[in-house]
Amino acid sequence: MIELSHLEKSFQIGDQTVHALDDVSLTIETGEYVAVMGPSGSGKSTLMNILGLLDRANAGQYLLDDINVSDLTEAERTHVRSQKIGFVFQSYHLVSRLTARENIELPMMLSGVPAKQRTLAVDEILEKLSLVDRAHHSPNQLSGGQRQRVAIGRAIVMKPSILLADEPTGNLDSTSGAEVTALLESLNAEGITLVVVTHDQAMGDRARRQLRMLDGRLT
Amino acid sequence: MYWPDIVKFITQVLSRQRFRTIVLWVAIAIGVVAVNLLTALGEGAKSYVLSEFNVLGRNTLITLPGKKETKGGMPPLTGESPRPLTLKDAQAVSRLAGVKAVAPLVLGNIEVSYAGKLREVLMMGSSRSFFDIRHLDVGQGRLLPDLPFNKGEAVCVIGNKLSRELFASKPALGEWVRAGDSRFRVIGILKEGGTSFGFDMNDVMIIPVVNAQSLFNKDGLFRMFTEVRSHQELNNIKAKIIALIKERHEGEEDVTVISQDAMLSSVQKILDTLTYAVTGIASISMLVAGILIMNMMIITVSQRTKEIGLLKALGATSATVRLLFLSEAGLIAVVAALSGLLVSHTVLLLANSYFDDIQFHSPWWAQLGSILLAVLLALLFAWLPAQRAASLAPVEALQGKQQKGQA
Repeated sequence: MIELSHLEKSFQIGDQTVHALDDVSLTIETGEYVAVMGPSGSGKSTLMNILGLLDRANAGQYLLDDINVSDLTEAERTHVRSQKIGFVFQSYHLVSRLTARENIELPMMLSGVPAKQRTLAVDEILEKLSLVDRAHHSPNQLSGGQRQRVAIGRAIVMKPSILLADEPTGNLDSTSGAEVTALLESLNAEGITLVVVTHDQAMGDRARRQLRMLDGRLT
Repeated sequence: MYWPDIVKFITQVLSRQRFRTIVLWVAIAIGVVAVNLLTALGEGAKSYVLSEFNVLGRNTLITLPGKKETKGGMPPLTGESPRPLTLKDAQAVSRLAGVKAVAPLVLGNIEVSYAGKLREVLMMGSSRSFFDIRHLDVGQGRLLPDLPFNKGEAVCVIGNKLSRELFASKPALGEWVRAGDSRFRVIGILKEGGTSFGFDMNDVMIIPVVNAQSLFNKDGLFRMFTEVRSHQELNNIKAKIIALIKERHEGEEDVTVISQDAMLSSVQKILDTLTYAVTGIASISMLVAGILIMNMMIITVSQRTKEIGLLKALGATSATVRLLFLSEAGLIAVVAALSGLLVSHTVLLLANSYFDDIQFHSPWWAQLGSILLAVLLALLFAWLPAQRAASLAPVEALQGKQQKGQA
């Protein structure tokens, strides 16, 4: 469960202060499916980064599963991030020298999960995302939809409770986009909290709850 | 992260960026090779020179006519003193308690001939004890007879090369060789040997000392070797020799007595300095390799900004990122240093099989030092880029922005 209260975040750009987040309070229950929508510059990416513990708010409180993550050190936040949060990016961000399998394995490797356990977990994911025959391909041998599936596999391999997707279908054609959306929704159906940032009205409408942002405020 | 995973991860990076890897590899290996070869050269020269001096042995004193007052410098090698060191002086010294043997030496260049063949050789006039003191032995025939210093005999022992050149394959023993206006019967041929004190011992002729004095018409000795019974007495006997000669030379102290230890220590100092200087120069090439590592690593950090951001988003701590970059530099440094060491050993092995006189060996401190230095420099110069990579903020890094990250 995510509880944000009175979050503030501002950037200094030249001599201008931009309020990316302005008194944002929000509660997302475990297992919810939320779409965050709004024009560019409205602060939705900033909200994503703070939700994903990639960035810190200037003020306000963030409780993640009842842990006050605002108070944690960077190393502790990294640990929480690796255990609880999975990311899916618009441009996939796969490591090009690694195979699909190794990309999915990467978060487990970084967190020091033993090799045997990793193999089992990755096998399961490959099966689930029907990527078994693509396991030893490198990312540039895969189609866009396959790449995003690999990225989703990487996001969920640590069995996080929250999946943050930033324009997950932004770089995909409609068929692959629909596949990826369906995959994300099926994961949500299994209980994962899904937060999607999107421009795409059609995708936003599929979510059970829509949040709109404008000038750093939730409307 | 487990270390096998770290190794696998960085090997993937290194094999992917093949050009960069090879450049770093070669640079570090060259540094290691330079340090090892140059120190081996220095050490080889040192042991060569020292072995030349060692021929004398630790129990030998050399007495030279003439006295140099300047302290610390080398004694006069060719100085002619107004009062020469004579055979009688040598005889007197040989009667001192604690003296095992005395060998006088008279030197000169002279033309020798046999059956119409002329050769210019170094003529040494000395005694039987000279062979013991200078560790010379004959391969054929016998040494000079054990005569009192003032008794001569028309016999000679000749060097190996001289024997070949004068007699070719004919037996030389028993033949008469003309030198100046005297003739000497060959009674021995020296074993093949190297140079000693700059004299090519293969190209000499050794005759009894009085014969040499009359041949060159010269009373004074070039120098006198004194072997003492035990090393402890060396300084004691040195003082006794000086006192004895002073007494015999009407109270004038006009000889210089030096020991091998004294010569060795000054030569060794010079050669050590040489080795260190050469090692220092070689280390500069290591430093250059280090700077290359830093540049390459900085470029890598820029190229891999996105990846670093991603790794952080996926749960890599700053410490993990730093570790990845440092072990990347460390791994390549270790592998390159070891291959550099291998190359050095191969080159030295080849050089040693080619040269007989000088043996080159890279000392253990240079081998260990060059590897440690390579790894240390690699880590040191990778530290800054690694630190920079670790401090990247994941958000900006993921967007491909280069920024010195948040605290």
